[in-house]
Amino acid sequence: MPDPRERRHLSRRGFVQGASLSAFALGGSGLLSACGTSGAKVDQDECRSTDKSDSEQQLAFSNWPLYIDPIKAKNTSTLEAFEQETGITVDYTADVNDNDGFYAKVAPQLSECKSTGRDAFALTDWMAARMIDLGWIQELDHDNMPNVDANLLDWFKTPAWDPDRKYSVPWQAGMTGICYNSKLVDPVESFEDLLTRPDLKGKVTVLSEMRDTMIFMLLLQGADPEDFTSQEYSAAIGELKSAVDSGQIRRFTGNDYIDDLKSGNVVACESWSGDVSQLGGDNFKWVKPSEGFAVWADNMMVPNLATHKANVEKLIDFYYQPKVAAQLAAWNYYVCPVRDAADHMAEFDKSAVDNPLIFPDEQELDAGIDFMPLDSGQDKEYQQQFNEVQSG
Amino acid sequence: MSQRPAPVVDGETARRRGYGWLLLVPGMLWLVVFFLIPTVQLFFTSLYDPSGSYELGYAMTWHFQNYPDAVRDNFDLFVRSFLYAGITTFVCLLLAYPLAYAIAFKSGRWKNFLLVLVIAPFFTSFLLRTLSWSAILSDQGVVTSLLKSVAILPEDGRLLATPVAVIAGLIYNFLPFMTLPLYASLDKVDPRLIEAAGDLYSSPFTGFRKVTVPLSMPGVVSGTLLTFIPACGDYINAELLGTTRQYMIGNRIQAAFLRERDYPVAATLSLLLMLVVVAMVVVYVRRAGTEKLV
Repeated sequence: MPDPRERRHLSRRGFVQGASLSAFALGGSGLLSACGTSGAKVDQDECRSTDKSDSEQQLAFSNWPLYIDPIKAKNTSTLEAFEQETGITVDYTADVNDNDGFYAKVAPQLSECKSTGRDAFALTDWMAARMIDLGWIQELDHDNMPNVDANLLDWFKTPAWDPDRKYSVPWQAGMTGICYNSKLVDPVESFEDLLTRPDLKGKVTVLSEMRDTMIFMLLLQGADPEDFTSQEYSAAIGELKSAVDSGQIRRFTGNDYIDDLKSGNVVACESWSGDVSQLGGDNFKWVKPSEGFAVWADNMMVPNLATHKANVEKLIDFYYQPKVAAQLAAWNYYVCPVRDAADHMAEFDKSAVDNPLIFPDEQELDAGIDFMPLDSGQDKEYQQQFNEVQSG
Repeated sequence: MSQRPAPVVDGETARRRGYGWLLLVPGMLWLVVFFLIPTVQLFFTSLYDPSGSYELGYAMTWHFQNYPDAVRDNFDLFVRSFLYAGITTFVCLLLAYPLAYAIAFKSGRWKNFLLVLVIAPFFTSFLLRTLSWSAILSDQGVVTSLLKSVAILPEDGRLLATPVAVIAGLIYNFLPFMTLPLYASLDKVDPRLIEAAGDLYSSPFTGFRKVTVPLSMPGVVSGTLLTFIPACGDYINAELLGTTRQYMIGNRIQAAFLRERDYPVAATLSLLLMLVVVAMVVVYVRRAGTEKLV
């Protein structure tokens, strides 16, 4: 029989035993993950929040970098004008660097019915479609946004994924094409040039978002990006891979292609239409590739559990006044989705009044190409193939 | 305040009562919460059915096939990561040894100043330092044009977006991790031992080889570990200074977790990286014979 006094002493063996037991017990809580994960789709009725817009004059808005005229410019910025007119304080953050990255940031909360701390964000069509499908987005009240109904260009009114614009309203739209430095190279007019011309070798970048880049790869295959088969997709991936393996494509980029273009590391690249104006200098040219070009919009949405939806609606309505829209477009040079904004453009930037990159006519937009909607399984498979090329 | 004499507990009593082990509790708790539990979770995640997706959910099917699949699909990436990390470690050792030696033995009153210089880069962020390298090595930059004008680089050559840039970035970023442990063990070498070697008619080189080097082995081992292990998993250098063809396993894991949200693949790769590194380290430490490391 052990000496009872010994029990009070902590022996080495006792400690190790106790410690490993408690470690095992605690480690066991990791076992929760042994059951797999449930899906990300939520039942919206369970994720409702009460709107506090009446009592709290504020909202938090996440948007892409360089997408709004400087908000600190006193008395001249559109955001400042909105704040003065409505008394609503806007917490504006440029923290959307790419759709996937932002999705990764908010998915853990939204898939578990928790607040993201944001009242609104702007994401590209396909991502907007996915989030609406997952039940993460609140319905907007069009009665609070008469300017949207009056001024939204018809072309943007009925996307297949939100036919009545119940959940989303475009912030700005844009086109995907090619930008080149005319000081360093001859005009680059097609995606084929970009991928085959020897004088561009190693000085070309393409975009890291699968849809952006694969639209053009599919077009090069003679396939229709709005309706293609998985064989056609694989062939397009094969061609992209050989352009990467041969060293023609230097790297895949997000918005940071601007830095490479500026420093001369890259002389031609796949690019979004508005960014050319940020580059400055006449030597940067943006062209629609001869194979075609893509049109997209970044859409403002209010996520579940945001508590200032009515304030966001006021903000959206404010930016749908043609004059405000003109001021915004005069700064970021993206396609303006607001009718009659061109009439006010002269007040802000005379040279932009009939710039087809800001005010394309609707036939021109019709020529723009969209990417086929993908179900979750296809999306994963295609994304995986694209990523395999991206990561060598 | 009155001074009370502290209760006298000599080492022997403390050891017998075993209170010393209690001191381990905070550390153990930390490891359990921030290492053990996440690793267990990672392990289970790596066995999810790969046919699921983030949107639809992943089912737990104990899919061990994920492991061979991950090795097959990413073999090149693993090889490249270990190659880059190996070269980095080797060059770091070559650069850091003379540096640490000079600081330990030859720097006199400049010793502290030089040590501060070694850690000075840490005052700016890792990201900023790497980004500045992309400016220094850029195609139109001074370094590239200089190397071209002396024909070390061909006319259409470049530094940025090549393996050279990635490995150079890794070496630069990890050099202090090699230098500091080396310095710590070289500084402890008793100069009288080296003098004694000279007295016994060894040449300076033999003295260095037979006295200094063996005594600095603990520094070499911990320096190489501190460089090699994080360099294997690094993805910032490959991302900012390289291209897709220089991507390392870290880039793949990051893309799988954040871009594809393919959790099974990401978890499998993370665990594989951990296992392979641990295996390599065990072999290395045994070989290097570090019983005196502690």
